[in-house]
Amino acid sequence: MISLGSNTSSRWQTDQLLLWLLRGVAVIAGTIVLLIVTFLAMEAFPVLRHVGITRFFTDPSWHPAEGLYNLTPMLWGTLFATVGSVLIATPLGILSAVFCHYYAPPAIARPYRRLIELLAGIPSVVYGFWGLVVLVPLIGAIRPPGPSLLAGIVILTIMILPTIALMANASLTNVPQQYVRGAAALGLSRWATIRGVVFPAAKSGLFTGVILGTGRAIGETMAILMVCGNVVQTPDSLFSPIRTLTANIALEMAYALGDHRAALFVSGLVLMAMIAALVAAADWISHGRVHG
Amino acid sequence: MVKMMERNLDGRELLASTLVWSAVALVTATFCWLLGDIIWHALSHITWTFLTTPPRNAGREGGIGSILISTTLILGVCLGVSVPIGLGTAVLLAEFTTDDSLFGRLTRRSLDVLSGVPSIVFGLFGNAFFCKTLGLGFSILSGGLTLACMVLPILIRSTEEGFRAVPTGYRLSAAALGLSRTTTLVHLLLPAAVPGLLVGLVLGMGRAIAETAALIFTSGYVDRMPESLLDSGRALSIHIFDLSMNVPGGDANAYASALVLVVLLLAINGTASWLAEHWLRRRIVTI
Amino acid sequence: MSTCRALFMLKKYAPLVALSMAVLMYIPASVEAQSAAADQLTGKLVITGASTLAPLIAEIGKRFESLYPTVRIDVQSGGSSRGVADARQGLSDIGMVSRAMKEDERDLSAFPVARDGVCPILHRENPVQALTDEQIVAIYTGKITNWKAVGGVDAPITVVNKADGRSTLEVFLQHFKLKSSDIKAQVVIGDNEQGVKTVAGNRNAIGYVSIGTAEYDAVRGVPIKLLPVGGVAASTENVQKGVFPLSRPLHIVTRTSPAGLAKAFIEFAQSKAVYDLIRQQYFVPLAD
Repeated sequence: MISLGSNTSSRWQTDQLLLWLLRGVAVIAGTIVLLIVTFLAMEAFPVLRHVGITRFFTDPSWHPAEGLYNLTPMLWGTLFATVGSVLIATPLGILSAVFCHYYAPPAIARPYRRLIELLAGIPSVVYGFWGLVVLVPLIGAIRPPGPSLLAGIVILTIMILPTIALMANASLTNVPQQYVRGAAALGLSRWATIRGVVFPAAKSGLFTGVILGTGRAIGETMAILMVCGNVVQTPDSLFSPIRTLTANIALEMAYALGDHRAALFVSGLVLMAMIAALVAAADWISHGRVHG
Repeated sequence: MVKMMERNLDGRELLASTLVWSAVALVTATFCWLLGDIIWHALSHITWTFLTTPPRNAGREGGIGSILISTTLILGVCLGVSVPIGLGTAVLLAEFTTDDSLFGRLTRRSLDVLSGVPSIVFGLFGNAFFCKTLGLGFSILSGGLTLACMVLPILIRSTEEGFRAVPTGYRLSAAALGLSRTTTLVHLLLPAAVPGLLVGLVLGMGRAIAETAALIFTSGYVDRMPESLLDSGRALSIHIFDLSMNVPGGDANAYASALVLVVLLLAINGTASWLAEHWLRRRIVTI
Repeated sequence: MSTCRALFMLKKYAPLVALSMAVLMYIPASVEAQSAAADQLTGKLVITGASTLAPLIAEIGKRFESLYPTVRIDVQSGGSSRGVADARQGLSDIGMVSRAMKEDERDLSAFPVARDGVCPILHRENPVQALTDEQIVAIYTGKITNWKAVGGVDAPITVVNKADGRSTLEVFLQHFKLKSSDIKAQVVIGDNEQGVKTVAGNRNAIGYVSIGTAEYDAVRGVPIKLLPVGGVAASTENVQKGVFPLSRPLHIVTRTSPAGLAKAFIEFAQSKAVYDLIRQQYFVPLAD
């Protein structure tokens, strides 16, 4: 943010020491992802070598036991579930944060924040369990079979909402009070202040929350596995069952051997590529609109 | 409150208020439904014996004593490793790199990608790297380290946001006073960035304590009382998963364990906020 | 510069480094303990593999530990393929495999410890009482899609199938002479309890799960019912008698022929002394 500009040499040394320490730590943090990708690639290599990457997108279906490896339906499954949940959770999460700051009396705001913090720590198994015994039969009553894209979107929404809400909450806390007072002095209404002053000031934090939420939605495994039906097909409605790439890995890894196992690592790689693409897209958007 | 509502009774304002309140109502209702379900099934099973004795008969009987200890140790390792790394990286990204520096961008992007890695991939990776390559075996240490990798992006990004939110004026004034950047960091920026750090901690711990897939391949399945960090120890969330999905008749204890987990989390979150308010914030006054 | 950084790291994580050094020293120690185990049964056994078997073997392990207080049995769950792979690579002393051994697994010594049946299940309210093998095949291949065609109510059938590679799926496919790609399912599940909960929550669903699991849940009021196969009622009793057509053996495997502690444990796991534990986990002992 600010370029180095200290003066005396001893201070310079402490600062320099700190800087190198921080760089070292950051290198560790940044390397983990490389380690993971290398690991995935090594495990996936055998099947990539004698099956080739294209067959993972052109085969007629996903039946690894019979040598068929089409991943595209699951790619769509992951994409639809993620986009759906992010679209719902973003407004809900941001409005929750707005509520805590500008609408709720303090007696409600605090417990509500606590509640969202709790929501962040409920194990995905519990969400999945609840989805399986409560939500899925409910959806099944409207339109069978029940386990569906919709169930997945609802569960994911609940799971990523805390991430978005708490990040939004923290960034709203940091909007300088003068901004809000200034807007009030100009006679702006509450919503106009929030929209015109608060949101622009907090946009970086809001955006980060959405990115983290999206990451969690893509990576979520156990709950999705329990409510989505896991049929390998491109969904044609909200009510059709889907299988996501993560559920695919979790469902089959335990019993997969040889090429089948390697193929599951390929789906891991595809997932990483997908996330990388999303991050790049987000980066591109944010460079134009958020930070710029 | 009411007065304010009356003052701003134009259409758009009313719509916004309605939207906000209904969003909150929806979230609260869903949460109450979920938590109510857990409490309803769990309350009668939670006794002191349940909390202190080890599980018997594959977890259908007995308690979760040894599992609570393992969970605490795993969480301890995870935080002990991820907080220093996370804080350091966040400081570097927010204070020592510019937005368009290559190093900063690369690190930030790789962290974003890391945040989307599925938990099961973390599990397989942790198994290959910590358990086999580093030779830690199935152990609480392997599990904690794997979780540390997993919570890092959340921790870093939210702490970084905390630093970003500190007004530039602080830094400029500190520089004008001739404070070194280290001093500025420790006494000015760190306390001011506490809310962000806190959110990161809450989210990170929430994710760590709720993790199943990453732990089953690293910290393992053994439900004996752990004797050291190198012993395998079953985490609470794995216990819940095994009881609800793998052990017929484990539902009752699964619910009870889930409630314990939620209460545990409530306690941890409470302690974290308390610490932040009473200890870290005080530093801003004592320079 | 990088060594400088490494030094910082070392200082910062001195406890961690110390720990990993402790690990390095700890590994040879445990190997020694195991070779000594031949005479006095002390040391540690690592057992990994099928999640189905993990609770049972863990319980057997606990009983074994109580007989030999200096022995530690560490059971790790994670799937049959992991049981095979870990045993082969020597990462575990014993692997758990919840299915019949395959042709290319002849290199391992396999020891059956119990049996488990697989049966179709329906929702309790479903009026259909039995299905012929042909009807089940037609339902699973999508030729029959409405319960009306097999004497039930007029409602679409929800076919619940297991994920590719699961041993219950393999038993099912083998018995009905199907290929995995022939099956047209509406829901695909992983573990048995998930299957039971899915069928219990959907009146028009059909699934198949481990008989032990289904029996346990049905007796305790979960709204499912077990369908007979080929006229034989689905019960653990019939699996034990050997008359129920769909069943699988549950194995523990070793890379080389077992010796010392591993041998003692395998013999114990196959002995009558653990039959009550096998029944307690809703599996079927091999013989009576």
